[in-house]
Amino acid sequence: MMMRRLWFRLADPIDTPLMGIAALLVLIAMLLLGSASPERLPTQCGNVLVALIAMRIAAEVPPQRLMYLAGPIYALGILLLIAVALAGDVSKGARRWLDLGVMRIQPSELMKVAMPLMLAWYFQKRENAIRFADYGVAAALLLLPVVLIAKQPDLGTAILVLAAGFYVIFFAGLSWKLMLGLLIAAAAAAPFAWGHLHDYQRARIITLLNPESDPLGKGFHIIQSTIAIGSGGIFGKGWGQGTQAQLEFIPERHTDFIFAVMSEEFGLFGNLLLLVVYSMLIARGLMIAANAPTLFTRLLAGAVTLIFFTYAFVNMGMVSGILPVVGVPLPFISYGGTALVTLFCGIGILMSIHKNRMLVQK
Amino acid sequence: MEFTNPQEGLEKFRRRLSVAAGFVLFCFFVLFARFVWLQVFQYQYYKTRAEDNRISLVPIVPNRGLIVDRNGTVLARNYSAYTLEITPSRVPHMEATIDALAQIVDIQAKDRKRFKRLLEESKNFESLPILNRLSDEEVARFIAHRYRFPGVDIKARLFRQYPYGEFAAHLLGYIGRVNDRDLEKIGERELDDNYRGTEHFGKTGLEQHYEFDLHGVTGFEQVEVDAGGHAVRTLARTPAIPGNNLNLTIDAKLQEVSEKAFGKRRGSLVAIDPTSGGILAFVSMPNYDPNLFVDGIDFESWQELNTSPDKPMVNRAVNGAYPPGSTFKPYMALAALELGKRRPEQGISDPGYYMFGGHQFRDDKKGGHGFVNMYTSIVQSCDTYYYLLANDLGIDNISAFMGQFGLGSRTGVDTEGESEGVLPSQAWKKKRFRRPEQQKWYAGETISIGIGQGYNAYTPIQLAQAMATLANNGVMFRPHLVHYITDTRTGTKTFVEPQPIRTIPLKPENVEVIRQAMIGVNKEGTGARAFAGAEYVSAGKTGTAQVFSLKGEKYSEHGTKEHLRDHALFIAFAPADKPTIALAVLVENGGFGAQAAAPIARQVLDYYLLGKLPKEAAPEIEAGGD
Repeated sequence: MMMRRLWFRLADPIDTPLMGIAALLVLIAMLLLGSASPERLPTQCGNVLVALIAMRIAAEVPPQRLMYLAGPIYALGILLLIAVALAGDVSKGARRWLDLGVMRIQPSELMKVAMPLMLAWYFQKRENAIRFADYGVAAALLLLPVVLIAKQPDLGTAILVLAAGFYVIFFAGLSWKLMLGLLIAAAAAAPFAWGHLHDYQRARIITLLNPESDPLGKGFHIIQSTIAIGSGGIFGKGWGQGTQAQLEFIPERHTDFIFAVMSEEFGLFGNLLLLVVYSMLIARGLMIAANAPTLFTRLLAGAVTLIFFTYAFVNMGMVSGILPVVGVPLPFISYGGTALVTLFCGIGILMSIHKNRMLVQK
Repeated sequence: MEFTNPQEGLEKFRRRLSVAAGFVLFCFFVLFARFVWLQVFQYQYYKTRAEDNRISLVPIVPNRGLIVDRNGTVLARNYSAYTLEITPSRVPHMEATIDALAQIVDIQAKDRKRFKRLLEESKNFESLPILNRLSDEEVARFIAHRYRFPGVDIKARLFRQYPYGEFAAHLLGYIGRVNDRDLEKIGERELDDNYRGTEHFGKTGLEQHYEFDLHGVTGFEQVEVDAGGHAVRTLARTPAIPGNNLNLTIDAKLQEVSEKAFGKRRGSLVAIDPTSGGILAFVSMPNYDPNLFVDGIDFESWQELNTSPDKPMVNRAVNGAYPPGSTFKPYMALAALELGKRRPEQGISDPGYYMFGGHQFRDDKKGGHGFVNMYTSIVQSCDTYYYLLANDLGIDNISAFMGQFGLGSRTGVDTEGESEGVLPSQAWKKKRFRRPEQQKWYAGETISIGIGQGYNAYTPIQLAQAMATLANNGVMFRPHLVHYITDTRTGTKTFVEPQPIRTIPLKPENVEVIRQAMIGVNKEGTGARAFAGAEYVSAGKTGTAQVFSLKGEKYSEHGTKEHLRDHALFIAFAPADKPTIALAVLVENGGFGAQAAAPIARQVLDYYLLGKLPKEAAPEIEAGGD
């Protein structure tokens, strides 16, 4: 009886469809990791456990509480990013980590959650009276951390944070005309931006356009992952049978390029399955957003859902050679704890919003 | 300021959600289209590329064929040993790496120099040996430290070995690392695939001439490799087919006796079986150690071999051209008989010189030989007889007759580096010189041609071939070193058939006159002391070839500098009635033929005909006359 009650208490805020889809993705992740890098399975199991706990905690926090937290979390994020810029650890030519003595943290990761929270809170405050200037403020709130992250440099995270913020602004009702204008302005600014990119970032774009120009150097990753995908064919080579994966031709095959392993070993069918599962996740997320009670929760749910999409699309796009390599993991599947915790926090927030959908109306 | 009521706001938000959903679907569709393109339409292409990635063809170098003498003595073989090899492209700090290696294994200064030479000659991606023939202990020591040396590895390899060292070096030749010239030869024959992985190529001698027989067929191993290029497992294997063995006509024991007979003398000896053209002994002295070349010779040894005044790298048997001296006389006499210019008994009275065009051609013997007929002219080696004869025959008759014996043209022996020699004639002179006054043949020049001097220059193998042809009554064979080639797999033997090149139409009675005269040389003439007490009848002729013309002075053997001393020659065949061996001996700056060359021939014939092993190098015989 005690156990039963405890279980109900634990399962109370859990949304079954979301949980089911996430579980399916984690299962696929374990399957792929078992092929690409089996020795990492135990660690990843631990990561999943930590991520589930984070999700459960996030699901417990009511949206109203999240609203109060939005400002402080955002401020903390910005402070940490500035601290990183001034005193961060350099690793692989980028200053991304902050050493707190007991642990090293990557503040840009925090921003992926803080950003939509902050902007959703801001628009909630202006509900029913959103002026043009508010979009300007939102843009400023958005661009400050994005620039800080891009400067580290960490283009992948910068894009994800930018996307997260943009989704909130988009759902808040940014006019189409303005978006079109922004798009044109962005196109016009592209040559200028090119001049401010780091050499390695430029190289990634060049190799994307023509990977064969440097087959042993920068193009190697894209070429090898494309070969892996193509050689998988319709049905794939079978689990553990991918030569590109097993003989280590696929770089980073347990992290950013794990999708190539999926494609090689399970073929077009595997890819289709993955796209369907991601579509289900997004559909469920958008459904929660549609039924959310307040502007804040709507914007937050919509943005979080589209972040999942952004992860998936950018990763699959870069691995299959239609987007530049920007270091975005395949959501819920790539090996690694940080991204997994962030993603499950997102799931937890969606669950919390879903659970509290009736509260305000009451 | 825009005011919106909540319901309106919700509607707008939901529309935006639909737009987002549409966008997501569109993006996923783009991805899906990309997957279909790669996995369905481009499948074959990427499948091939994945296979190319993982499968690597590793050549299996065949064992090189052996070189074996007529009795089965192995003269060139292979043995397996460990080498320490460096792949330069994977080693950024070569000097530091070699220094560190030297702490573990014994790398000497000469190994470093040799490696440097290899490094300059080779492509960067090849692995090059820094140390050959590692001991088991050295192998174990390196393996313990291997992790410190990326790009350095132990390899088990087959080495070419010439077990008897310097013995028969010019005959066998040697192999060395493949260079650009070798690659060209390989390319000409379109054998590039078969030479993938082959590191050595025949550079001289039999090793060079029979390279493509000795090499064998390269096998291949299909290996699955990982991205680092390391072999994971073998998928398929086509074994290599070892090279063919060469079975020589050479008698190693006779070769040994011949080389030893030379002692410290420089020169050459070629002994041929006159009934087949099979070469029994093929000597060029001094020798060198061909083993030095197999994995790149070190600089000091190379310098030493190349700067030595003894020129050990020159294969005198086929490459050196020498005036034949008096060994030319038997052929001159035969020409006189065949062309009807002399009868055997016809004689002259030799005053010790011959005057022609105001120039005095001196005879070797002061005061002359007195009455000389054909027999005595050969036995005593009278020059005056041949001055007269040369003048009577004329240069073009002489060159036409001598040409039949193969003098002045390559014999086509199955080795490398053969020179043509010089058979002088009017046509030759016209071709040889530029200026018209030089191109003209002067009758006076014919006179010294008669005693094997002047422009005459023949290789020892030509002299031996001519001797064999005379001994065989004019039936001429191409001299050859290889008796047959053995296919090591099937055991099939491909014989070098002794096909006569030509039969010179000689009258047997004329040949008999010369034979008798040459028997006389060894019985009572210039060769008699060398052949004193021989238990067989041999025919021979001594020769002394002037290196330097001494104008008007009497040649003094001891007063002349070593390298200006005359070359000593001797030609012979035996047994005289049914010859089984014909030979030519040349001793550079040896002085008189009877003194330096004939004793060598004696030891060789004694061994070949009687099995008598000499105790020491052939003696110098105190003898005058040539």
